[in-house]
Amino acid sequence: MVTEHGSAARARRIGRLVIYGSLIALAAFYLMPLWVMITTSLKSLDEIYGGSFIGLPRSVTFEAWSKAWSQACIGTSCTGLKPYFVNSLMMVIPAVLLSTGIGALNGYVLTKWRFKGSNLVFGLILFGCFLPFQAVLLPMAQVLGKLRLSGTIPGLVLVHTVYGICFTTLFFRNYFVTIPDELTRAAQIDGAGFFRIFFSIMVPAALPIMVVSCIWQFTQIWNDFLFGVSFTAGDSSPITVALNNIVNVTMGRKQYNVDMAAAMIAALPTLVVYVVAGRYFVRGLTAGAVKG
Amino acid sequence: MATLEIDRVRKAYGSMEVLKEVSIAIGSGDFLVLLGPSGCGKSTLLNMIAGLEDITAGAIRIDGQTVNDLSPKDRDIAMVFQSYALYPTMTVRQNIEFGMKIRGVPAAEREKATREAAEMLQMGHLLDRKPSQLSGGQRQRVAMGRALVRHPKLFLFDEPLSNLDAKLRVDMRTEIKRLHQRLKTTIVYVTHDQIEAMTLATRVAVMKDGIVQHLDEPQVVYDRPANVYVARFVGSPAMNIIPGRLKDGPAGAELLMDQPDGGVSRIAGVQISDAARRKYAGRPVLVGIRPEGFSVAAPGQSAVKAAIEVVEPTGPDTLAMFTLGGTEVIARLAPKAVEAGQIADLAVTTAKVVLFDPETEIRID
Repeated sequence: MVTEHGSAARARRIGRLVIYGSLIALAAFYLMPLWVMITTSLKSLDEIYGGSFIGLPRSVTFEAWSKAWSQACIGTSCTGLKPYFVNSLMMVIPAVLLSTGIGALNGYVLTKWRFKGSNLVFGLILFGCFLPFQAVLLPMAQVLGKLRLSGTIPGLVLVHTVYGICFTTLFFRNYFVTIPDELTRAAQIDGAGFFRIFFSIMVPAALPIMVVSCIWQFTQIWNDFLFGVSFTAGDSSPITVALNNIVNVTMGRKQYNVDMAAAMIAALPTLVVYVVAGRYFVRGLTAGAVKG
Repeated sequence: MATLEIDRVRKAYGSMEVLKEVSIAIGSGDFLVLLGPSGCGKSTLLNMIAGLEDITAGAIRIDGQTVNDLSPKDRDIAMVFQSYALYPTMTVRQNIEFGMKIRGVPAAEREKATREAAEMLQMGHLLDRKPSQLSGGQRQRVAMGRALVRHPKLFLFDEPLSNLDAKLRVDMRTEIKRLHQRLKTTIVYVTHDQIEAMTLATRVAVMKDGIVQHLDEPQVVYDRPANVYVARFVGSPAMNIIPGRLKDGPAGAELLMDQPDGGVSRIAGVQISDAARRKYAGRPVLVGIRPEGFSVAAPGQSAVKAAIEVVEPTGPDTLAMFTLGGTEVIARLAPKAVEAGQIADLAVTTAKVVLFDPETEIRID
C-alpha cells in the first residue's frame, strides 16, 4: 500500500519533469532568435566579425542602439530611425483612433438601429476582412493620387483607417449584439438621442472591446510594411520601411549589431502595448462568451 | 394621471398582421393589464404606446392628444422592462437621474426626486452601487424608481416580474399594487400570468392573435368570459368547458350532459335570455363551469353524478377529476370531501354557469 502510493507519486513527478522539461526546451528554442538579437545588438562590430554569433558579448556596449536610433544611414541621409519612428507614431495614433471610433459607431448602428438591409451591409463589411492587401494596392494608389495624398502620412492614415474599419466593425458589432436592446429603448424613453445613447451608454460598456480593437489595430498598422512601402517615399516612410532600408542597403561591412538594435526598436512599441494592455485583450476577446 | 385611448390600432410587418384593429379605452388612474400568451401582440401594443414601434393604422391618444408621431421622450411616459434595462456602467443614482439630466432638471431637484423615489421603494442604501451588485428584486426596484422619478402621465410595465423567483414575484406584485393605490397613475401592464392580471388590474384586456378577446374588469372577465378562449386562459385550474345540450321545458331551460355510464346529468334553472333560449333549444351548447362551481350536493338537491377518478389535495381545498360530457372535468371541493373511486353527487351553482356556442365559441347570453 505504502510502496504503491510512493511509486504513484514518483510516476507523477517524472511526468511533471517531462512536461516542464519539454516546455522549457521549446520555449528556449522559440526565444533563440531574440537571444541572438539582444546579444548581437550589445556587441561591437569587431567582436561580431571576430567571435561567435551566439555567445555573450565580451564587453557590453549600447553604441549600436544609439547609432540605430540617430545615426544609421537610410538611403543617403544618415538620420537614424528617429524621424521614421515619429512618422509611424503620427500614422498609427490617428489611424487607430479613427478606425476604432468608426468601427464602434458602425457596430452600434448595425445592432441597435437596424435598417432594411443592415445584415447585407454587415456581410459586405465583413467581406473586407478577407481582402488581401495586394488587391487594394492599385485602386488605393489611384484614390490617393486623386485626393493629392500620395506619399504623405495622412494618406497612410486614410489607407489604414479604411482597411481597419472591417475588423473594428466586426469587433464592435459582435460585442454590442450581447448588450440587450431594451437598454437602448429605456434610454430612448429617458429622452436620450442617437449620440447620447452611444456616448453615455454604449461606449462606457464597450471598454473591453475598445482595448481589443486598439491593440489589434495598433499592431496591424505599426507592423505594416506593404502599404508603407507602396504609398510613401523618402522622409515620410514609416519605421518598417526605414528598417528595411537600413538592413538591406549597406555600404562596406554589414553592421549586424545596428541591424539588430534597429529591428528591436521597431518592435518595441507593439511589445509595450501588449505588456500594458494584454490582460484586457484576453478579457475583451472572451467578454460576452460568459454572461455575468 | 391621464386617460389612454387606443383607437382601431393596427400593426403589420410587411404582410404579417400582428395587431388587427385593437380598440381599448381606459380612464385616468386605471390599471390596464394586457394579458395573453407570447406572440399575441401585447408587447407590440405596449411598445406602440411607448413610441418604440410605429403605428401602421389607427391612433393612440394620451389625455386626448394623439401621440402617433411623437417620439418616446415627448409622450410623458415611463417604462419598466422585463430585463430591467439598467445602464450597467452607471450607479443606481446615475441610473435614476439619467432621464432628468437629459431633460435639464437642475441638480438640487434631481437630488430631491431621487431621494423621494429611493424612500418610497426603500432603496436609499443602494444608491451608490452598480446594477451588477444588486439582486434581482433590487434591480426591479431600481427600474421602478427610475420610472417613478419622472412623474409621468403613463406608466408602462413590460412583464416586470417574470424574471423573479416565485416568492419575490408575489412580494413585488403587492408592492406594485400599493404603489398604484398611492400614486393613482394610469398604468398599462403586460403579462402572460393570469394571476397578476386578476390581482393588479382594474381593467383586463385578454388578447390572442392580435385581437382583444375580452376587455372588462377582472371579476367580469373571470365570471362571464366573452368566449371559450378567455374562459380557459383566465383562472387556474381553467374553467371546465363541457359539451352538452339545451332543453327548453315548461320549468325553464335545462342542460343535459352525458355521463360516462350512459346516463344523463341535468342542470335546471340556468340563466339565459328568452331569445337565446328559443334559438338554442334542442341544440348542442358548451357548458362552462368553474371548478369552484361544483360542490358536494345536499340530500335531495339536484346534482350531477360524478365518478371521481383522481383526487389532488392542495391544502385549502381538494381538486377532484371526473368525466362528464365526454371530457375531463375538475371540481374544487372542500378538503377530504370525496375520495378517488367514489361516485359523488355534485351540485352546480347555476348562477355561475356560462354557455358558449359550440361553433363560434362565443358566450351565449
